[in-house]
Amino acid sequence: MKHCLVVDDSRVIRKVACRILEDMEFSCIEAEDGQQALDKCRQAMPEAILLDWNMPVMNGIDFLKALRNESGGDKPVVVFCTTENDMGHITEALRAGANEYIMKPFDSDILSAKFAEVGLI
Amino acid sequence: MNSANFEFLANLLLKKSGHVLSPEKGYLLDSRLGPIARKEGLSSVEELVQSMRTGNDQRLSWAVTEAMTTNETFFFRDRTPFDLFKSEVIPHLAENRRPGSKARIWCAAASAGQEPYSLAMILREERSALRGVQMDILASDISDKVIEKAKAGLYSQFEVQRGLPVQLLVKYFQKQGDLWQVDPSLRQNISFKTFNLLNSFQTLGTFDVVFCRNVLIYFNQQTKTDILNRIASRLAPDGFLFLGAAETVLGLTDAFEPVAGKRGLYKRKAIAQAKVA
Ligand SMILES: C[S@@+](CC[C@H](N)C(=O)[O-])C[C@H]1O[C@@H](n2cnc3c(N)ncnc32)[C@H](O)[C@@H]1O
Repeated sequence: MKHCLVVDDSRVIRKVACRILEDMEFSCIEAEDGQQALDKCRQAMPEAILLDWNMPVMNGIDFLKALRNESGGDKPVVVFCTTENDMGHITEALRAGANEYIMKPFDSDILSAKFAEVGLI
Repeated sequence: MNSANFEFLANLLLKKSGHVLSPEKGYLLDSRLGPIARKEGLSSVEELVQSMRTGNDQRLSWAVTEAMTTNETFFFRDRTPFDLFKSEVIPHLAENRRPGSKARIWCAAASAGQEPYSLAMILREERSALRGVQMDILASDISDKVIEKAKAGLYSQFEVQRGLPVQLLVKYFQKQGDLWQVDPSLRQNISFKTFNLLNSFQTLGTFDVVFCRNVLIYFNQQTKTDILNRIASRLAPDGFLFLGAAETVLGLTDAFEPVAGKRGLYKRKAIAQAKVA
């Protein structure tokens, strides 16, 4: 089973995302902010990361930059999932090493389409 | 709906768009035609059809026909046809057409434009593989509404997240308020046109590639056969035809045969080619 780390400061969003991902046969790990996410990655790199942008402590983009500098941190497929929906944010995310980008609100169709796009399913 | 009204409507659609209105599709009537009934100041779809039977309002029967089309589509739908376009069609045309010559693609049921724009993006990405062969796209659909939308090239956030890789969104779209607009340069080689597949293809010219996807499903056997044969007569002898995942030529025409192992891709049959030569 593939592991997906769901990083979002909203408990509700994490639950919704995990329910969809579990239907897609992922096992989910949750983190509330970038720092927690980085700690989880240092314990074990997941195959996939669904990543919010605005979070306390450490935001999504800082987490992504830090992750890509970790050993093995180039492996996880990172899909942003955020309300930030302007070209500036999207290009910044791609430049920092994001593989795909979901603009909220999302549903299971969008999530599975984007995961298929990057070869996760 | 009473059966005389249903039959009237079914006949109208068959004549105008070739669509088969089977009783199982009756559930669509209220959602599709209700808005038209209200606009006409009528209290129900039943009354709308009743009034169509007595009057002979062409504008109204056209609006009803258009409202009964299903325009569901998305970027790079089903993926495989677009992969095959890249791996089979482009190399073949690059090899068999002269540099500087024009090859033509027809999206025969283009809906709101996602299919032709997906092709236009591939053509741009694969420009060097084309070795100087120019590709133009004709995007047509029976519905004015979707052709207008396709021309405008404006899509909602939801639409640009269905099938479109974010790298291509960034490269070929601009944000306009809440919507996303296709880059004008991508529209350059596409012409948009309202066109009914029941009409003669004579005026359209000839094509090297035809995408006729997810539209044959709405027609009866006879209409499917007729359209496929007429596509064959407009297609270069070595041209390609793409159909939707639930569609086939088998049992309908001898003009085409499936390309082994390439789902959704068809070529003109060798015998047919010999006749043309
Ligand atoms: C389900 S969409 C398919 C769009 C696209 N080819 C795809 O596969 O995503 C079917 C389209 O066929 C169009 N259509 C239906 N009947 C037609 C006809 N007689 N002539 C031309 N287009 C027609 C509809 O308006 C609709 O936009």
